[in-house]
Amino acid sequence: MQLANIFKVSLLGFVLATAAGCSSTGGGSDAGSAAVDNGEAGYGAGDRAALEAEERAAADAARAAAEAEQLLNITTFYFDFDQSSIKQEARAALEAHAAYLVQSGSNVVLEGHADERGTREYNLALGERRAQSIANYLTVLGVSSQQIENVSYGEERAASMGHDDTSWSLNRRVELRYGQ
Amino acid sequence: MNRNILHATLMLLIGLCLVRPVWAELTIEITQGVDNPTRIAAVPFAWQGAGVLPEDITSIVSADLSRSGQFVALSERNMMSLPTRREQVFYRDWRILKQEFLLIGQISPRAEGGYQTHYELYDVFKQTLVVEGNIKVGRNQLRDAAHLISDKIYERLTGIKGAFSTRIAYVTVNRNASGRDQFKMQIADADGYREKTIRDSKEPLLSPHWSPDGNKLAYVSFEGRRPAVYIQNVGTGKREKVPSFRGMNSAPAWSPDGKKLAMVLSKDGNPEVYIFDIASRKFTRVTRHFGIDTEPSWSADGKSLIFTSGRGGKPQIYRKHLLTGKVERLTFEGDYNARGRLSEDGRYLVMVHRRQGVFHIAVQDLKRNRLRVLTKTHLDESPSIAPNGSMLIYATNDRNKGILAFVSLDGRVKSRGPAKFGDVREPAWSPR
Repeated sequence: MQLANIFKVSLLGFVLATAAGCSSTGGGSDAGSAAVDNGEAGYGAGDRAALEAEERAAADAARAAAEAEQLLNITTFYFDFDQSSIKQEARAALEAHAAYLVQSGSNVVLEGHADERGTREYNLALGERRAQSIANYLTVLGVSSQQIENVSYGEERAASMGHDDTSWSLNRRVELRYGQ
Repeated sequence: MNRNILHATLMLLIGLCLVRPVWAELTIEITQGVDNPTRIAAVPFAWQGAGVLPEDITSIVSADLSRSGQFVALSERNMMSLPTRREQVFYRDWRILKQEFLLIGQISPRAEGGYQTHYELYDVFKQTLVVEGNIKVGRNQLRDAAHLISDKIYERLTGIKGAFSTRIAYVTVNRNASGRDQFKMQIADADGYREKTIRDSKEPLLSPHWSPDGNKLAYVSFEGRRPAVYIQNVGTGKREKVPSFRGMNSAPAWSPDGKKLAMVLSKDGNPEVYIFDIASRKFTRVTRHFGIDTEPSWSADGKSLIFTSGRGGKPQIYRKHLLTGKVERLTFEGDYNARGRLSEDGRYLVMVHRRQGVFHIAVQDLKRNRLRVLTKTHLDESPSIAPNGSMLIYATNDRNKGILAFVSLDGRVKSRGPAKFGDVREPAWSPR
C-alpha cells in the first residue's frame, strides 16, 4: 500500500514536470526573453499575461496530475462473457498505467480472472488471454514485456461470491498489481 | 447377539462421525435407478475370531451394489433367517422375500494378522451356487475385501467389470472466518470412505489426474502464487514439480502408458497444448493456434489427443491425431462444449455442454454422432468416467455448494451426495 503511494507521489512529480516542460516548449524561448525585456520596463500588460499563462499552465498540470492519479487508481478492468478484448472505457486508465510503467520501470503483475460459468481449465485459459490482451496493450504503449507478468486464476478467486449476472460481471476481470 | 453388539458399535461410530464419508454419508441418494433392479440379500458374514470386527462387510457390499442403481439390497431387518453356511440356506425364505440372489460368507482371522474372507453367491430361483471365492486382506483392509466381493458379484451378474475397488480424487474448499479459502487435494474410496488429504494449500489446487497405474496424481497448484504442475505419489506423498514457465502451467493429463503428460503452457504468449516427456523432461508443442487450446485428454490407444479450443469463436472439442498431425472438430451441437473425456473403447465422448445458458454433462456417441444431455442440474463440471465405463462422477451445485454426483453413461442411473460443509469439486476417478 505504502509502496503504491510512493509511486503515486513520484508519478505526480513526473506529470508536473512533463506538463511544465510542455508549456515551456509551447511558449518557446522568445516568450522567456520577452519576459526579461518587460522586467526592465516595470509592470506591464505583457507581464500580467505571462503570469496568468504560468498560473494556467500550473493549474493544467495539477489537473492532469489529478486526472492521472485518478486513472491510476483504476486497477481492475472488466470483460464480457467468454471475451478477452479490452473495453473502450478501460483505455484511458491503461494509458496512464503505461505512462507510469515507462517512466518508473517498475514491474506489474496482471491477474486474470473469469466468472464461474464454464469449465475451470477453460476459464484459466480465458483469464490468461484477458491478462495477455492488457499486456499487449501496455507493450504497444512502450512498456517492456520484461516488466509484465501474467498470472491467471481462472474462476478460482472470485471478487464477488454471488451466482448472478452482477457477480459474474464483477468476476470477469484483470487486476493490475504493482510491486510484487 | 454378537452381531447386535457389532451393529450397535458401528451405529455409534457412525453417529460420532468417525467414519463419515465425504459425499456418501450413510446412503448415497439414488435419485434414479433402472426399472427392474436385481434383488439381492447380503446376509451378515459369520465372524470366527475374537472381539468385534471394525467393519461390516455385508453392509459395504449392499451399499456398493445399491449405489450402482442396478441392484436393490434387502435390509437385514427384513430377513427371515441369517445363514452363514450352505447347509443353513433355505431357498424358500428368500423366494418369499422375492430375492433373486443370496450372498453368505465367513470371516476368520489369519495367524499372520489380517483376515481371510470366504463368500458364496446363490441363485435363489435356480437354487445353484453362482460364484464363490476367498479373499485375504491385511489388518486395515476389510473395506478392500468388501469392495472386491462387490466387484466379483457385479461382474458375474452384469457381465461388466466392477469399479468398487477404485478411488476418487477431488478438491475441497473451505472458507475460514477471515474469508480466506483453504484448498485440499483429497482422495477417498469410490464410496467416499477413507478420505485422505494429500495436499493442503491457501492457494488454489485444481485439475487432479491419475496416472494409469493409480499410484500418482498430477495436479495444478498455485503455491508461490504461480501455477505449476506437480506429480505426487499418493502412497508415499513424494512430490515433484514439472518444469514451469511464465504464465499458465496447467491441465495435466497422463498418457495411457504413463510416460508422458499432456499439459497447457502459455509461455509462447497463448494457451497451447504441449506433451511433456517425463523421462527426457522435454516438451513438444502439439497445438498451434491463436485461439485458446486447453483441456487435453488422451485416447486409450495413445494415438490421439482431444482438447478444447476456442478457434471457432466458441469453445468446442477437437481431436489431434498425433501421427498425421491432422486436427478434426468433434462437437457441433451447442455453443459451449468443453473438458472432454473419451470412454475406454473410444466410442463415447463425455463433456460439459451448455444448453439454453445452462451447463450440463452430455455424452456424444462418436459412431452415430448423437449427443445426449445426461444431467438436469446446473453448473455441472468435470465429468470423469469410471474405469469400467458404467458411470461417471461429476461436480455440481446444490444451494450454492459444490457437491459430487454420479450418472450412468446411458443416463438411466443417477445418484448424488448430500451438500456438505464447504465445496467439493473436480472429481477424478482412478483408473484402477
